[in-house]
Amino acid sequence: MTGAAIPAKPNADAVQLGHPAALALARRHHFRWWEALPWLAAIGFYFAFPDYLAFGSGLLITILFALSLDLALGYAGIITLGHAAFFGAGAYTVGMLAYYGIWSEPITGLLLAGLAAAIIGLLSGLVLLRTTGLTLLMLTLCTMALLQETANMARAYTGGFDGLPDLTIDPVFGIFEFNPLYSNTQYLFSLAVLLTCFLFVRTLIYSPFGQSLTGIRENLLRMHAIGAPVRRRLIICYTISAATAGIAGGLWAQTNAFVNLSALDLDRAATVLIVLILGGYGRLYGAFIGAVAYLALEHFLARVYPTAWQLGLGLLLVLIALFARNGIIGLGETLWARYATRHRAS
Amino acid sequence: MGALCHPAPGVMSEIKLETRALSRQFGALKAVQGINFKLETGARHALIGPNGAGKTTFVNLLTGVLTPTAGSVRLAGRDITANAQADRVKLGIARTFQINRLFRGLSVLENVCISVAERVGAAGSMFYPAGRRTDIIEESMRLLQKLKLADVARHRISELPYGRQRLVELAIAIGLKPQVLLLDEPAAGVPSAENHIILDAIEGLPTDIAVLIIEHDMDVVFRFAKRVTVMVNGAVFAEGTPREIESNPQVRDVYLGQGGGPSAAHG
Repeated sequence: MTGAAIPAKPNADAVQLGHPAALALARRHHFRWWEALPWLAAIGFYFAFPDYLAFGSGLLITILFALSLDLALGYAGIITLGHAAFFGAGAYTVGMLAYYGIWSEPITGLLLAGLAAAIIGLLSGLVLLRTTGLTLLMLTLCTMALLQETANMARAYTGGFDGLPDLTIDPVFGIFEFNPLYSNTQYLFSLAVLLTCFLFVRTLIYSPFGQSLTGIRENLLRMHAIGAPVRRRLIICYTISAATAGIAGGLWAQTNAFVNLSALDLDRAATVLIVLILGGYGRLYGAFIGAVAYLALEHFLARVYPTAWQLGLGLLLVLIALFARNGIIGLGETLWARYATRHRAS
Repeated sequence: MGALCHPAPGVMSEIKLETRALSRQFGALKAVQGINFKLETGARHALIGPNGAGKTTFVNLLTGVLTPTAGSVRLAGRDITANAQADRVKLGIARTFQINRLFRGLSVLENVCISVAERVGAAGSMFYPAGRRTDIIEESMRLLQKLKLADVARHRISELPYGRQRLVELAIAIGLKPQVLLLDEPAAGVPSAENHIILDAIEGLPTDIAVLIIEHDMDVVFRFAKRVTVMVNGAVFAEGTPREIESNPQVRDVYLGQGGGPSAAHG
């Protein structure tokens, strides 16, 4: 709107930046009014459903986990089926530190969870990201399976199959009690963590680095041909994504006050992938929409058909893969574009 | 505009790109053998040859996609044989592809911005929005204007006709401000009615860039090139001005003769 107000000057630079395409690009990172909606909804949920805050925390953690996957899969095009490796690494970091009484402060605990996951992301990424496609997919799966089996066998440290129960986490800022009995604290804490991580990821994807990740996703060979250090960028992205997933895992362990092998499960990795595909990958808010849609579907389908609710989910995924490859957000974008052109025509 | 950039008379034109006995073997196949080749500042050089002559392998050796089994590549006198592809781009070698390699889901402007951001060293920055680098956006827009793409700057690549996609292919390479530009069949796949937009763009390239063009279309070669190299079976078969090549009976035999004459030999 303000773009139209810029007078056409003979100055060449003003003309360049006055071009609608240039304006759109220069303003793409600006916050839009509707970006406040998910956060208002989250605060509204806090007041409207005080009895469901534990469920709410779980939802926020799923969003954070899906957001971390979106960075790797949606933006950089790193095909992974093993993202629970980092979720689990974060969860076990928090879990073991708290269980053995080494460290139970929640905020620094999450930073350590992120750090541990980042290290695993970096080390595995150095090897994995030499490959692409199906090989990469299999290797991410293997990394996760190896970690899970390690956690299973290192019984003395991880509790093996039984996991580590009854974790004690210190009060937040030393004031607010943090355990499953105080789900309001946990919810607000989770929301704050999600907001912080989201702002970080958002900054990243609108940065020149984020733009080059999109370039790698769109055309790997071309990025090589314009002299981009492709592998280094992918490794950095994978490491950051792993750290974010680790924070989500750490938060999961803190809010549940336990950690077990399910943190490293294929089921978890597949679920987060489904969440992202459902919402729309490479779209920043796909994680939000996808997580809400998944949990709503689970709730609704389980009520209609308790024994085989996943059948309904599977059918829906087939439909999405066939007709709405960019998920719910992509579908919305298409409909909006169609509406806009029709509106312009009439 | 046209008055600029004429190399001053008397100034020796410098050799930008040079290969010495460059060879590459794939198993028993000698794809490129012992090529000595020179490209001077401001060169407009065409590389022609029948399919399978090793032209693309040669370009891949120049850009560092492949490493040679023998011989060397030099850029402005410096041996760059051991340098990887990304290094060579930074040193000033850019290329386009025979088949479009574009960021198809992104806008035309973004396609060029990614290239310019890479060149100016901004592409690794994480903590400020790309939109704040108005210098990059301005430069990209100016480039699009020069190539007459400004009207579609906001369009996705997939919405463009093929001929204009080829222009974006060229724009990405020019955005790297190369000293040496390798064009792999820039007009390939473009309907002949749109051919002129590619040719005009190539003729409008800065005169100080050394340009090597691989082309099948003899109209393009003879309109554009000041020198022509003919490759056959991985080796240089002949080299000369377009007129010399055109009148060389052996070249006519192995290559040009196929279609009955140079202007009829459309690739």
